[in-house]
Amino acid sequence: MSRYVFWIIVALLATIPLWVTDYYLLHVAIVTGIFIIAAMSLNLLLGYTGQLSLGHVAFFGIGAYTSALVSLGFSVHIAPEIMVSLAPQPVWVGILCAAVLTGLVGYAIGKLAFRVRGAYFVIVSLSFAEVVRLIALNWVELTQGPMALNSIPALTLGFGGYELSFLRKPQFFYLMLFIAALSYILIARLVNSRAGRAMIALRENESLAMSVGIDVTRSLVLATIVSAAIAGVAGALYTHYIRIVDPNIFLFIYTVTMVIMVVTGGKGTLAGPIVGGVIFGFVPEVLRGMQIRPEAQWIVYGILMIAIVYFLPEGIVPAVRRVLVSRRGKQYAAGFKEPQAENK
Amino acid sequence: MSSEAAVILAIEHVAVRFGGLLAISDMTFSVREGQIVGLIGPNGAGKTTAFNVITGFLPQTSGEVLYRSRPLTGLKPHQIAQLGLVRTFQRTSVFQERTVFDNILTALHSQSRSRLWDILIQTRHEIASERALAEQAHALLRFVGLEHRVNERAGALPYGEQRLVGVALALAVKPKMLLLDEPVSGMNPAETARFVALVQKIRERGVTILVVEHDMKMVMGVCDQVVVLNYGRIIAEGPPAEIQKNHEVIRAYLGEGRKQRA
Amino acid sequence: MGELLQHLLNAIILGGTYALLGIGLTLIFGIMRVVNFTHGELYAFGAYCMYALVMPLGFNFFASLLIAMALGALLGAFIEIVLLGRLRAADIDTTMLVMIGAWIIMQNTEQLVWSGVALSVRTPFPSEPLVLGPMSVSWGRLYVFVVALLLIAGTYLLVNRTKLGKAMRATFQDRDTAALMGIRIGRIHTATFAIGSALAAAAGALLGPVFVVAPTMGDLAAAKAFAVVILGGLGSVPGATVGGFILALAEELGAGYISSGYRDAMGFVLIILILLFRPTGLFARKERIG
Repeated sequence: MSRYVFWIIVALLATIPLWVTDYYLLHVAIVTGIFIIAAMSLNLLLGYTGQLSLGHVAFFGIGAYTSALVSLGFSVHIAPEIMVSLAPQPVWVGILCAAVLTGLVGYAIGKLAFRVRGAYFVIVSLSFAEVVRLIALNWVELTQGPMALNSIPALTLGFGGYELSFLRKPQFFYLMLFIAALSYILIARLVNSRAGRAMIALRENESLAMSVGIDVTRSLVLATIVSAAIAGVAGALYTHYIRIVDPNIFLFIYTVTMVIMVVTGGKGTLAGPIVGGVIFGFVPEVLRGMQIRPEAQWIVYGILMIAIVYFLPEGIVPAVRRVLVSRRGKQYAAGFKEPQAENK
Repeated sequence: MSSEAAVILAIEHVAVRFGGLLAISDMTFSVREGQIVGLIGPNGAGKTTAFNVITGFLPQTSGEVLYRSRPLTGLKPHQIAQLGLVRTFQRTSVFQERTVFDNILTALHSQSRSRLWDILIQTRHEIASERALAEQAHALLRFVGLEHRVNERAGALPYGEQRLVGVALALAVKPKMLLLDEPVSGMNPAETARFVALVQKIRERGVTILVVEHDMKMVMGVCDQVVVLNYGRIIAEGPPAEIQKNHEVIRAYLGEGRKQRA
Repeated sequence: MGELLQHLLNAIILGGTYALLGIGLTLIFGIMRVVNFTHGELYAFGAYCMYALVMPLGFNFFASLLIAMALGALLGAFIEIVLLGRLRAADIDTTMLVMIGAWIIMQNTEQLVWSGVALSVRTPFPSEPLVLGPMSVSWGRLYVFVVALLLIAGTYLLVNRTKLGKAMRATFQDRDTAALMGIRIGRIHTATFAIGSALAAAAGALLGPVFVVAPTMGDLAAAKAFAVVILGGLGSVPGATVGGFILALAEELGAGYISSGYRDAMGFVLIILILLFRPTGLFARKERIG
């Protein structure tokens, strides 16, 4: 979407807390927004670089736990006599640590996991996420295991004499919107740059990409680092909003949700994850209103996913774009409009 | 061309084996700077395999490939390309779904550096770098004569023009030596003539060229030297006129002469 | 020492079912190159069939196994024909997404029909275990082991001694040549998926009565199946067999001597280690199955 459209949409979204007074709806909007940020990051790896990573929730969860632990403080034995501890830090430090640590994990994963490709990569990425979940579940000394980390502090920022606290929903909504807009801009800049062209090239035709001098491993690793870091920030946001985190955050079902959002909306497009996110963020609420059981809801998702793959394999956004372009084409043919150079 | 020019590419006793199949048994030849050399041979003789080995897409079982006296063993394809030895592909020579312009921009990857920070912040340096790349892309398109196709989807172009884009992609990597894999297959005579003119223009810029082709007229017309590959080994090497009269070559293409006629 | 022997015995018993799961998946994954996310659900389906046949309907325990396998084969064939039929030319991402969709539908349908309550299946075996020196094994598990071995042997014979098996091996080696030689690839795919699903259903039908039957039981089973496939090398029936026992051994020893919480992690850790350091698996003989 063009820059004007983007800022108009952001401005419109910014007005939401002014007229949406139902706190429950605002809550849904916030959680949806956080998942959209995670979906946009997955889109970088899945849509633009063409790698079906099914472990994405691991980055989200690692970001969540990192920020939670840094802001709560922790002490843990990494060997019988060696203890590592950290005093509680301000929340913004936690979020920063989440981004950095997940980025580093992304680097390690990128370097190791991409030694295998295709279906094997899918399995490795899945396994990685499950191992992380089991660690979170069993390393009770660090993570409290299934008992969860509670009372996670909310983000507060102090400038001069003022203190801004993101505790209540309207304020958190603005925080989420800010991070979402920032993520969108960063991802847009990345995919339209030299690095982005390399990623898309290797998705389209890896041999050809190599033949023009593109280092495939390097591009994959870069995509993973950025994707992971943004997912980590989304996870950190989530944890400081919900203010509790347990190993269920690593469940495969959340990865599936993100994948559905990206694939339905349109992988490899900037607007795709947003459209997909809005649909799959709000559909559950609509269905809940109709008193439909959650299992039935998931069955609908499954059917939808299959249907999209069969009938709209590129997703909603590219399909809509094609309709608009063909309509414009018909207008050229009829002599109504002058063609403009398409510059994505 | 002058025979005192330095050897830019030397293939020395290269053999390639896949499982039980010996694709190339013993290939030895060399290319001198500034030459246009044609690599010909019957189907299945191993020509594309040779290309794949030279450019690092396939490891050789034995033997060595030396580019400007430097052994290429163990180097990855993108590293070899960055050294200046660049190839085109016979099938899918372009990024089908991208515009012609984006194709060239992508291929200009090795002509600039960019740091993640510069990209995310959009520093002046980054913006200037992108603008310079765009200009280079337009120049390359003008060179191959496809400026008018700049915003079209590469996959929608006629086959012959796709090949030209493929050559432009290779030129974007600033090669010192260009390997063309069956560039004129599927082209009509007019397109072929246009392509030959382009090849000569490229050689005038100082690029050495090795071309694999089936179109004999084209090969004999434009090449200084011809190398003939059959059953995995070089059976003849020399100027086109000599090759055309070489008995072994004729036999390789036509089969065992007498038996064929009967 | 006695404890170690017990662990080994448990591993041998468990390994048989892991091998069953793995063999089914290695055939599907190997011949069709589909990341079959529904494999775990077929496992659960087999277990639920067992429950439904034995408990309310009162069928014979042993016959129910065969019926469950047959139903599993039918369900597998149905999935292949309806969902994968149109996608034979598609890339791996597309089939994967469809399989994920199918997995969601199947698991939630199970949940809807049976609710999340864990169910147990009555077995005709005596409840006191068989004692062999320092070790003991329940009759139920012994039965599972014997049947698993029979099914593994049967599958090996099917793949190596029958015409169908020969066609399957040809398709695995070189699909295009196989098609040119007259092999109906579509039918081979359907047959492979059906066989693999029957084996998964068998594993579920065998283990369901030993443990419990619950809607999410398939997830862990699927993960272990993948681990076995990767351990043994894609498309290798003997590899998957050995892989199944290795995984069971790693789990038993890990749970016994490290920590039981990480038992289920063993499979994933093995997957990661193998794929990173020996991507073709421990036993892969390239270009062959059987």
